[in-house]
Order: sequence, then C-alpha cells, then structure tokens
Amino acid sequence: MIREITLGQYYKGDSILHKADPRTKILVTIIYIVSLFLAKSVVAYAFATAFLALAIYLSTVPISYMVRGLKAIFMILLFSVIVNMIFIPGRILINFKIFTITYEGLTTAGLMALRLIYLVMGTSLMTLTTTPNRLTDGLEQLLGPLKKLHVPVHEIAMMMSIALRFIPILTEELDKIMKAQMARGASFDEGNLIQKMKSMVPILVPLFVSAVRRANDLAMAMESRCYNGGEGRTKMKPLKYEKRDGSIFLATIVYMAVIVALRILL
Amino acid sequence: MSIILDNVSFKYKDSSRRNALTDVSLEIKKGEFVGIAGHTGSGKSTLIQHFNGLIKPTAGRVLYDGQDIYEKEFSLRELRGKVGLCFQYPEHQLFEVTVFDDICFGPKNLGLEEEEIKKRAEESMEMVGLDESYREKSPFELSGGQKRRVAVAGILAMEPEYFILDEPTAGLDPKGRDKVLKLLKKINQEKGITIILVTHSMEEIADYADRLIVMDEGKVKFDNTPAEVFKHKEELESIGLTVPFAADLTTDLMVNGFVPEGSPAITLEEAKAMILASYKKDR
Amino acid sequence: MKIIKIQDLIHRYVRKDDDGKEIETIEAIAGVDLEVEKGQFIAVLGHNGSGKSSLAKHINGLLMPAEGTVYVKGMDTQSEADIWKIRQTAGIVLQNPDNQIVANIVEEDVAFGPENIGVPTEEIWERVAACLEEVGMTAYRMSSPNHLSGGQKQRVAIAGILAMEPDCIILDEPTAMLDPKGRQDVIKTVHRLNQEKGITIILITHKMEEVVEADRLFVMDHGKVVMSGTPTEVFARVDEMKGYGLEVPPAMELTYELRKEGLPLPEIIMTKEELVKELCQLS
Repeated sequence: MIREITLGQYYKGDSILHKADPRTKILVTIIYIVSLFLAKSVVAYAFATAFLALAIYLSTVPISYMVRGLKAIFMILLFSVIVNMIFIPGRILINFKIFTITYEGLTTAGLMALRLIYLVMGTSLMTLTTTPNRLTDGLEQLLGPLKKLHVPVHEIAMMMSIALRFIPILTEELDKIMKAQMARGASFDEGNLIQKMKSMVPILVPLFVSAVRRANDLAMAMESRCYNGGEGRTKMKPLKYEKRDGSIFLATIVYMAVIVALRILL
Repeated sequence: MSIILDNVSFKYKDSSRRNALTDVSLEIKKGEFVGIAGHTGSGKSTLIQHFNGLIKPTAGRVLYDGQDIYEKEFSLRELRGKVGLCFQYPEHQLFEVTVFDDICFGPKNLGLEEEEIKKRAEESMEMVGLDESYREKSPFELSGGQKRRVAVAGILAMEPEYFILDEPTAGLDPKGRDKVLKLLKKINQEKGITIILVTHSMEEIADYADRLIVMDEGKVKFDNTPAEVFKHKEELESIGLTVPFAADLTTDLMVNGFVPEGSPAITLEEAKAMILASYKKDR
Repeated sequence: MKIIKIQDLIHRYVRKDDDGKEIETIEAIAGVDLEVEKGQFIAVLGHNGSGKSSLAKHINGLLMPAEGTVYVKGMDTQSEADIWKIRQTAGIVLQNPDNQIVANIVEEDVAFGPENIGVPTEEIWERVAACLEEVGMTAYRMSSPNHLSGGQKQRVAIAGILAMEPDCIILDEPTAMLDPKGRQDVIKTVHRLNQEKGITIILITHKMEEVVEADRLFVMDHGKVVMSGTPTEVFARVDEMKGYGLEVPPAMELTYELRKEGLPLPEIIMTKEELVKELCQLS
C-alpha cells in the first residue's frame, strides 16, 4: 500500500532517543549530515558508521524500518552510483566497450552511496523516534528567533503538523479515487505524456475538491476548539533540555571533532 | 451467465500479511438482487473488488461467463464496463464540468461512438430521475442525494450486466435512502441488471434483496435467502449484525405461540399480515 | 437554568452563479425559538437540508445569525468578547471524524483545546487522562488517529471537546459516517456523559434509533421547528413524521398499522418487547 512511507512515520518506543528533546535530535541530525560531507577517508566513514549504528542500537527501532525508507531513494542511488562509476577518470579496472570502470570511480561511487544511505537513515531515525508534533514543536522553537523578522514561525509549524496528519489520509483517498475511476473504465498508463496527464484529471479534481472540503471542516473544528493562533497557548509537552540531551550533545561533539581531525590529518 | 469466485483468497500486502479473504467460493447469477452484509473488516469490501478485477486474488480464480478474468487475452477494461462498481460516497468521484459530461465518462472510456454515448447518458439520466434541467448543471452544486444519483447514472451509462454498490445509502436521510434503494430495485427489474448491494443494514436487505451473503473474518458465513439467514439470530448477533425488526419480532411471537411456527417475517408488511392472520383466526 | 436560548433565529445564505451574481437567497433557518435546560439530553431530528446543521453551528458561534439572537449560558454569540468563552462552554463534534482531529497522536489531540485556552501544563495532563478514560480510549492514547476506526476517532473528538470542560456538547450528525458498532459506542458514550457528568447534550441526527432515550425532541423541516416533545409524544405522530421524511421506531410504526386494522393495542409502544407482551395479552 501507498501508506508505507517511513518518512514521518513514528515508531513507538521508550528509548533514550525517543525521550530526547526534539531540538537535540534535529541539531544532532544536522551535525551528522555535515559530518558525512566532511568525511573523505575510509577511517572517517568507519566512525560515521559506528555513530549511526550506535544511534540505531540505542533507538530500539528495528533495522528493517530504516531499510524500508531506503526503497524510496533506490533509483537515485543507482543512478548516482552508475554515473560516478562511469565518468570518473583514473586507474582502469574494467574496460567494456565505451564504458570504463576505474578504481577512483568505484570508490567515489561507493562512498557516495554510503553517504546517501546514511543521510536517509539518519534523518529517518530522527523522524522514527520523534512524533511529528514534537518535531514541529522543536522546529518552531529552533526557528523562534525568526519571529522577530516577522516570519510566522508558529503558523508554519502548525501547517507542517497538519500536513503530516493529512498526508496518509489523502494518499488513501487517492487510492480510492483511482480505483473508482478505474471501475469506470479509466486507465492511467496509456498513450503519450499529454494523454497521460489528461487522464490524471479525473483523479486530481476529486482529490482537490476533497482536500478543500477537509480543510474547511478542519478550520471549523479548530476554531470551535478555541484555536486562535500561537498567542497565549500553553503546551501539554513543553520542550525542556534534560541531562540526557547534554550527554547526547557531548557525544556528538566528540564525534564531530574526530571527523574534523581526520579531515585535516589524512 | 454468471460471475464465479473459485476458492479465492486474498492476503494484504502490508506488513500484517493478514488474510482478507480465505477460500471464498460463490456464484452470482444474472438478474439476481444480492445483499452482502458483514461488519467492518469482515472482507466484504475486498470481496467486491474481485468481481471486476480491481484486485487480484492471492490464490484462486475469478470467472466471468466461464472465462478466467486474469488470462492475458481477457480485457479488464471491457469487464469493468460489464461489472459496474460504485464505492462508498460515489459523489466524491465526480469531476466533470457538467452532470452530463460526468455521466459520459464511463461510456467514453469504453471507446463507444459519440452518438451512442449521448444516447446512453440520456437514458441513464432518465432512469435515475434527473430531468433535462440537470444536464448542464455542475455536479458540485447538487445536493448529496442528487450527486449520488449522478454517480449511479455514470455507471448505468456503461450498460453493465452487474452493478455492485458499496453502501450506497451511507450518509443519506431516510427519504434519500429509500429513493436510492427503489432505484436499484427498478434497475434490477426493468433492465435485468444484477444488483450486488453491500450494506450494514439488514433492514435494507430484507426489504430489497432475494439473496443474502453474510461475510465474517474473510469467509462466507451464510449464503441463502434472507428469511433463512434471519433464523440464525444469535449467530448473526455474535458477529456484530442484527436481524431486522420484523424477523426479530415474529421469531419471538412464534416462541410465545402467538403466530404458528415457520419462517419469520422479514419486512414490516409481512409481519403485519402474519399478526393479522393469527389475530383473526383466534376470533 | 436555561443553558441555551435561541430567539427568532434566522440564517440566510446567498447562492451565486459563476459570475458572482446572486441567484437566490435561501433561509436555512427561518425563525427558530428554542430553549434547552441545563443537564438535558435533547435531539434535533430532520432530513438533510432541513437546517439542523446550521442550527448546531449557531450554538457555538461558528455561524452568526442574520436576525435573532442565540444565548449560551447568558452570553450572546454575537458578542466578540465572549466568543472564546462560548466555544469553551458549548463544544461541537462534527460529522467527519477525520477532519476534526488536528494532532498526530491521540493524547496530543485531546490536549489541543486546553492548550488553546491556556491551561497550565500539569493540568492538561490530568484533563487528557481523565477525558480519554471517560470515552474509553485510554488504551489508544499513544496511537496515531489514522490507525483508529471511525467510531474510535469520533470518541477521541469527543474527548477533545470534553477536555475544555464544557457545560454543553453539540454533536452534528456524529454517526453519519460510522458502522453500527461505532455508532453504538458513540451514542453510549454521549449518554454516559449526560448522566454521569451532567453535561447538556444536543444531538443532531436523522436516525430515530439514536434519539428514543432523549429527554426532548425537536423536529426541523425547511428551517423551522415543526414538532417538539418527548420521544413518545413525537413518535406517536407516525404520519406526520413520515411527511417530514423521517422514520419512527419500527415497533411504533407496526403498532400504528395494526391499530388502523382494528387491533385493540395501546397507542404508544416503543419496543419489540412491549409489542410482544401486548400482542400475547390479546389472545
């Protein structure tokens, strides 16, 4: 089913990563992504692997959940690996007609693939251990200073959270509408590009109408539950840094220092 | 002439790997009015999607007039013209600018001639009781009940031999509900189109269907005339279904000896006739 | 004490054509007077389009009267200063369970209302726990709403309103999209809240079986209240009810029919059990 999208799908748990402050997790994830781009050597990647493995171990999220998230990027991954493998010059390993695979190409492609995989796994680990609401809470807080520049941070966070809530509902609805139109003899994979695009109209119009109807209902429901913007709101789960966040930050800083050192030394 | 499900099983493809259907075998004949009942999750929605090949069984075969619908040379699109299906809230699938164009969508997909499409759409509009004045209206400005009739006309215009409806009365008020059900009866009787009505309401089945299939946990629990099925009150209640008031009442009256033993009444009219007959005999 | 007082309420909406020109003005509510005592369970019946939904939305200030006044606990819904207090006093549960749940986790959704009105964190936790218990959804407090059934979602929505500690809950066709099991659960929950917590309930519906236990019924047609009284008083007028496109309990209908045929039955029989008893006493 279309439902099984890992991104934005929360995995219930009670681990240190689940309990950690979302701001901690967002910042650590950003640091980790930066570190992936700094890492060039095999040793550095070994550290990056170890760091991620430790995080996954601590999170108690089954590894299969991470792998599922990778399916979505499989094509991009394959493409970039092939491009890297073929087009990077260097010591020739295999020569097959016009294609040459070089040692440098192979290692770059390998590291590139690892970087992409770790990037996706790292971010899905964050979303898997953080409820979408906590995540948007975290973002709202982190971006708080932008409020001074009249950026509607609270509204953006609210919109993100609502979008996350309605994506699964609308994907399911899309599935239903497609089936209903198929039952009326429609097909979506015939003809050229223009015909294909035209065949999407019977799906997109009802989907759009439904989204608008839902938005109307939701606005009414929120209003009747006294929602009046961010002013004067309290929180059920206010964000508070705990000791564990300190430890996580400390570990991350040590890790980042190692990566930077390796980058400079090697 | 029939649709046959031969030992059909269906497993969900998600992580649960749950069996939605287990070894379902049944035959739907031309001209029948069949009710399918079962609580949410009993497999009835999955079942009906097999009739027009929207989902493929994990095991077993689906035969249309003796032909396996998953054979390579069998055209699923043609099948969907012959086996019409309306999902719950069919009005949510309307998309064209005018009512008439929306009704034409199905026949157009069948690749018919312009003239034929128009003729069919006009006939269907008349059948469902939408007069000329609706023709150029936008489907979005109609009332809930009217939209639903447009959706039904959209399927009718494909001139199906079988017409499956998943809870066609959901969300309608009593009047709207009766209108839709009477329309289905009319389609069944005048055009000889088989109606397969999926519903939670045993009252609807009692009033309109001549055969009742009860689904439970992906299996066919009962498949008989409504009167026969309603004899199993306790079993039906144990799977979250009720028997219609008339059947419930007359069963109790039999126990008390007010009316003679036999099949329970299934509609209020039948119950009334039964009670009156017993009352007059006693006088 | 009167918790809701509606005086000469009129609500109009204007239909426009594609160019924005006004075609017609429709009076969705055409002069309604209605009073509700604190702690009552009242039901508003009416077919789709009778104006009952518009009425519900006036009670918590989602719609504003064109003429007339609506008072909630003495506050005029048109007074801007009181609007949030009014919404807190009279919460509303809408028809589609999916479209009124804001958060991605059940407990966080229940907390949404209290957060908006500035309840301190610790008290939010207490309220959330208590309200989920009240609607029987404690076991699902950490679940995603997407994994719940319709009836469960609707109970979460009720908990979300309950957490604002309202005096009155309005339910606008809360069961229209639910299966029989979900419908029962929701209606049971609402009755319990009324009896145990003394919360005033205003249930808007077109399903007669949901209102037989209400303290008082109002029947709406064409924007007006056309009948009112206790359920037995209202349901005894079988023909009138049918004229408004509504149903009466089947026992009542059958009794009415049998009396017409001359059977000496009492005028009001609401349940199957009563009818069986009365019939057996005849012979």
